[in-house]
Amino acid sequence: MSPGGHFAPARVRAVHDVASDVRMIELEPSSGARAYPTGSHIDIAVEVEGLPDVRSYSLVGERPLDGAYRIAVKDVADSRGGSRFVRALEAESDVEVSDPKSHFELHYGRPEYLLIAGGIGITPLVGMSHALARHGRPFRLLWAARSRAQMPFLDELSELLGDRLELYVSEEGNRLELGQQIDQLHPDGELYLCGPLRMRDAAQRAWRERERAREQLRFETFASGGRFPPEEFVVRVRDRDDQEIVVPRNRTMLDALGDHGVELMWDCRRGECGLCQVAVLEAEGELDHRDVFLSEEQQAQGASLLTCVSRAVRGAVTIDSGFRPAWTR
Amino acid sequence: MNGDPRPVPDTFKLADWPHNCWYAAAYDVECRRALLPRRIAGHNVVLYRRGDGRPVALENACWHRLMPLSEGQLEDDDVACGYHGLVFNAEGRCVFMPSQQTINPSARVRSYPVLERHRFVWVWPGDPALADPELVPDLHWNDDPAWAGDGGLIHLDCGYKLIVDNLMDLTHETFVHGASIGQRSIAEVPFEVTHGPSSATVTRWMVDVDPPPFWKMQLEWKRGEPAGRVDRWQIIHFQAPSTVAIDVGVAPTGTGAPEGDRSEGVNGYVLNTMTPETPRSCHYFWAFARNYSLTDQRITTLIRDGVAGVFAEDETVLAAQQEAIDDHPEKEFYNLNIDGGAMWARRLIDKLMAEEDHDERYRRSAQEAERHAGAITQVEATEADAQRLGVG
Repeated sequence: MSPGGHFAPARVRAVHDVASDVRMIELEPSSGARAYPTGSHIDIAVEVEGLPDVRSYSLVGERPLDGAYRIAVKDVADSRGGSRFVRALEAESDVEVSDPKSHFELHYGRPEYLLIAGGIGITPLVGMSHALARHGRPFRLLWAARSRAQMPFLDELSELLGDRLELYVSEEGNRLELGQQIDQLHPDGELYLCGPLRMRDAAQRAWRERERAREQLRFETFASGGRFPPEEFVVRVRDRDDQEIVVPRNRTMLDALGDHGVELMWDCRRGECGLCQVAVLEAEGELDHRDVFLSEEQQAQGASLLTCVSRAVRGAVTIDSGFRPAWTR
Repeated sequence: MNGDPRPVPDTFKLADWPHNCWYAAAYDVECRRALLPRRIAGHNVVLYRRGDGRPVALENACWHRLMPLSEGQLEDDDVACGYHGLVFNAEGRCVFMPSQQTINPSARVRSYPVLERHRFVWVWPGDPALADPELVPDLHWNDDPAWAGDGGLIHLDCGYKLIVDNLMDLTHETFVHGASIGQRSIAEVPFEVTHGPSSATVTRWMVDVDPPPFWKMQLEWKRGEPAGRVDRWQIIHFQAPSTVAIDVGVAPTGTGAPEGDRSEGVNGYVLNTMTPETPRSCHYFWAFARNYSLTDQRITTLIRDGVAGVFAEDETVLAAQQEAIDDHPEKEFYNLNIDGGAMWARRLIDKLMAEEDHDERYRRSAQEAERHAGAITQVEATEADAQRLGVG
């Protein structure tokens, strides 16, 4: 599969480690870096086991730095292979990048903001913190991570934010209580969250329980992570009884099915649009729903899943791809 | 050599406008509980009011298939797309999607900073983080209890800068508006040009002249007696990028108006603010406010209709000028001493452009503006002017 959308050449200007497992990469597009709203990301054309693919990375900072976009990439142990590709880039390497895309834009004019980051989810919130601080809007940045050594930009953010920055380092025994934090937020305030799925689930649940307006909880979805670590599983497809398609640990179900000629429709590839949804006819083991398209009830029901992000755990799944050999009345 | 000796900014024919500023998007009466599409500074925007009266400005294209939202329905404070029913709230966020239980978190249309002031709804098309309400141009005469008046909106087939030029040099009144406000003395008396960091002013006093029809009428309404010779003033205030408030009036000669006592005369403000639509069209919002007979609606209506007639004369000239500019892409503008005010206005526009655009030409023009900030230029009519015009 070739990367969709418009990509243009860029050069890696510099690479340096900004935390024990986080690498900052400066990318200089040959046609110049564009200004972008905070919360924007770029797509990078990557290669995973010889196949082209796309990964999205939030842009660090309010604006390009001397003509370069900045991304910060974590070394993820159970990565599908994208971060390995990007982290292997060296200064002067050539890559293809998209223009900045804004799906997580800060809305001005709210009485108060709460920014919550989980681990590397800090990346889009760095620019937002700068913007809110510069405009004197009331906000707090809450950042949960395993250890301080894994937290990039810590000095910069501490200096900028003072006691508006609150760290919840699990190694130090500090836990972030999402419900309590939401209770303190102004009723018309907004929450911007970027973190692992578990954190997003918890925030959504707490937000819903407090009957806050759904659209005032903003989050970023990059199809990264689920409730279980990814593992290999088997897919069987209706009307292809004899075939067992193996989905490797580092490949999506959508791509694995495509490799075996099972055509599905898809678009966003990050669990938002719902186009790659298939009906689940039978599931052994558990389904790891990683999308934001299905509601919690629909996910619990398990009648369908989104093949671009979701996976099966400890077993196999049988799906209906929607393919029918002939038109039936 | 130190810079370009040509005083003329080479940005003159660029059809550009800054984005980090407030532009009038609608007259207060136009913005209602209904969807109003309008192109503001190149952005296709849909305007409406919430139930509590606050205005809203959203990008006029549905997130899903780009259908203009103005073709849809207002549902309380939200807009429902007329094609597939997606609903967006007043902040542009999607709050309903058909056939699914969740909402795609990326689904939104752009919402523009918007506010209402001086009877206009203002929209900020640039970086929303910079939208400071303090930066709305001062047109307070349009809703100040010490003034009365009304105005309108003209859609003009010319770039907005041509109207700035037009208003910054009222010499044209002599030739374009001879039947109402024009008179030879405008083209014949000296004027003064001053400027500050983001404003420029052109001041012209015509002492001991016959009042033109528009002013004769008003002076007689106020004083209830035939008007004789007058002292007439035109003080043109430009606020970058496209607002011009003109302090105009007449007072019987000898009653002290040039020295500061205007109490025997009549005073008006011609309020103008132009919003670029496309590189060769714009929305021209105007009003005329007066400081006498404040409750007389007959006068308000007569003046409003009279001024509308005057502006219709400009419309023809400006559209023809734009067409000629398009016909002659290779030609430059030449400048006369009467263009001093207009040239300052354009340099101040360039200053705003230089903050948003790295084109070398804006930077050079803006530097010129810095170098001359605060200077006063006196422009005298020459002997030849007087002879050609058949006066003096």
